[in-house]
Amino acid sequence: AGPVDSKNEAAMSELVPEPRQKPVVPMKPMGINANLLGYIGIDTIIEQMRKKTMKTGFDFNIMVVGQSGLGKSTLVNTLFKSQVSRKSSGWNREEKIPKTVEIKAIGHVIEEGGVKMKLTVIDTPGFGDQINNENCWEPIEKYINEQYEKFLKEEVNIARKKRIPDTRVHCCLYFISPTGHSLRPLDLEFMKHLSKVVNIIPVIAKADTMTLEEKTEFKQRVRKELEVNGIEFYPQKEFDEDLEDKTENDKIRQESMPFAVVGSDKEYQVNGKRVLGRKTPWGIIEVENLTHCEFALLRDFVIRTHLQDLKEVTHNIHYETYRAKRLNDNGGLPPMTVETEENHESNL
Amino acid sequence: QQPAQFTNPETPGYVGFANLPNQVHRKSVKKGFEFTLMVVGESGLGKSTLINSLFLTDLYPERVIPGAAEKIERTVQIEASTVEIEERGVKLRLTVVDTPGYGDAINCRDCFKTIISYIDEQFERYLHDESGLNRRHIIDNRVHCCFYFISPFGHGLKPLDVEFMKAIHNKVNIVPVIAKADTLSLKERERLKKRILDEIEEHGIKIYHLPDAESDEDEDFKEQTRLLKDSIPFCVVGSNQLIEAKGKKVRGRLYPWGVVEVENPEHNDFLKLRTMLITHMQDLQEVTQDLHYENFRSERLKRGGR
Repeated sequence: AGPVDSKNEAAMSELVPEPRQKPVVPMKPMGINANLLGYIGIDTIIEQMRKKTMKTGFDFNIMVVGQSGLGKSTLVNTLFKSQVSRKSSGWNREEKIPKTVEIKAIGHVIEEGGVKMKLTVIDTPGFGDQINNENCWEPIEKYINEQYEKFLKEEVNIARKKRIPDTRVHCCLYFISPTGHSLRPLDLEFMKHLSKVVNIIPVIAKADTMTLEEKTEFKQRVRKELEVNGIEFYPQKEFDEDLEDKTENDKIRQESMPFAVVGSDKEYQVNGKRVLGRKTPWGIIEVENLTHCEFALLRDFVIRTHLQDLKEVTHNIHYETYRAKRLNDNGGLPPMTVETEENHESNL
Repeated sequence: QQPAQFTNPETPGYVGFANLPNQVHRKSVKKGFEFTLMVVGESGLGKSTLINSLFLTDLYPERVIPGAAEKIERTVQIEASTVEIEERGVKLRLTVVDTPGYGDAINCRDCFKTIISYIDEQFERYLHDESGLNRRHIIDNRVHCCFYFISPFGHGLKPLDVEFMKAIHNKVNIVPVIAKADTLSLKERERLKKRILDEIEEHGIKIYHLPDAESDEDEDFKEQTRLLKDSIPFCVVGSNQLIEAKGKKVRGRLYPWGVVEVENPEHNDFLKLRTMLITHMQDLQEVTQDLHYENFRSERLKRGGR
């Protein structure tokens, strides 16, 4: 076999979840071929790791931030094709806007192709909705840091858990209002502060209010503004691991982002197929149709190709930054807990 | 490359996070894999030859074998050699830690202190790095597995074997190996294996246990796991010489009475040992991390200081 496929190729070949592969068993000599006497079987280690990932399942925590009414909850439901957002857990559209920013985390376990995901959607109702929105990002920044602190506390424990529960925010979707003009001052302030502690992916919400030209222009303007203000959104340039990553990510950074999306959890019949969309008198907007909006690009980016990377950047960069700061601050790390009966058992 | 215009061929409810294992796979292939294997046993049991055979490489190109007189005063040394092996795009950085001098001295009483210190030092270093500021590139030099070579010439475990294994079984995964298996007939092998297993149990020695195959694995894999578990301790023969046998070239040892083929499962357990090592490399690392290292760490932190 040659070098590993590119990320996108792998994503495409995974359109239908593949049947479980037989493990490669390098035990019996596979033939009289002299070359095969030289096969050790190291590549099977990777296959073992992959099987392990499938069995253990994984955590993914995604936060959505933006003014109310921008379709955040709907979009998350569309992304995961499940009712996973606040919208579906007893939230009433007529509920009053909270007076301060609230943080609401909702967890679900979803499974696909044998892989279990513990998905947590963190909603931030009240953000940007007040008359005076000064510092409304602070509760959000506080929440994010609290998750880092929680992880750190567990990590420095004397008897620590084998798999530390990960509640850290891996990805923050920031919703930009499709004004067609430019970013708002609040957008800039939020992203400036938070891009230093979490992976921010800006999206343009309700993109069906713009024509193609308006969309292109708006995207360009937003990209420029982000650049001029020194806001490093995900995927951050400085964390590109190699040339392959850089080439792929450059394309995403300079052409695709911010993704102009439309969300919907309603299905309609179009050309004999059932599609997710929005019905209007002038036509049906198909959410997964790339000529209509960029939802599919966002979904592929976040879920199919960069999911693991989002987690790794959170763990290796953002979390480490937090930890280093804590180590240097007065007092240093939190005191280690005395070993309790419960902790002791978990280590055996 | 753009994904399909219409997500037509898809099943409607497909989100795509089932692709995560592929993403992890890709990153793992890029990063490669690290493994540290320690080899302990008396001189002349074929350790170096076996390691070379296992990984199809020559880890000891400039080796000089000392004579008996030189060995009298020698203490146990620790020699680590690292080699990078690549196969089908997957890189393995293998470190083999050799322990020449073990069992050589007339009085072997302090034989294993050096070895235990080495293992502890690696844990200590890792603990230090893990508690430090720059953690992005921590190097893991912890010993993931120890092949302990048992002489085929005796009647089972020697007192030194028992003492050593008891001293390290809480620090490292022990895989007992009966060396130079071609000195034994098949019946003698079975007897010796059983004897050794009995003695291991009698003395409460904890060797590495292969995890059972999970219930959703296919039958072949389950059968293979059963076979491996039943064959411990492995009786092996090592060789990197190619001999002509039955019209093909095989790795083996040429005797007047025949050829012992290293990779022939009917001649010895070499392939089983290699299979076990490769298919359990990740588990060996995990047990080292989750059990041995965590034990070391909690003891160390309880004793105070970081």
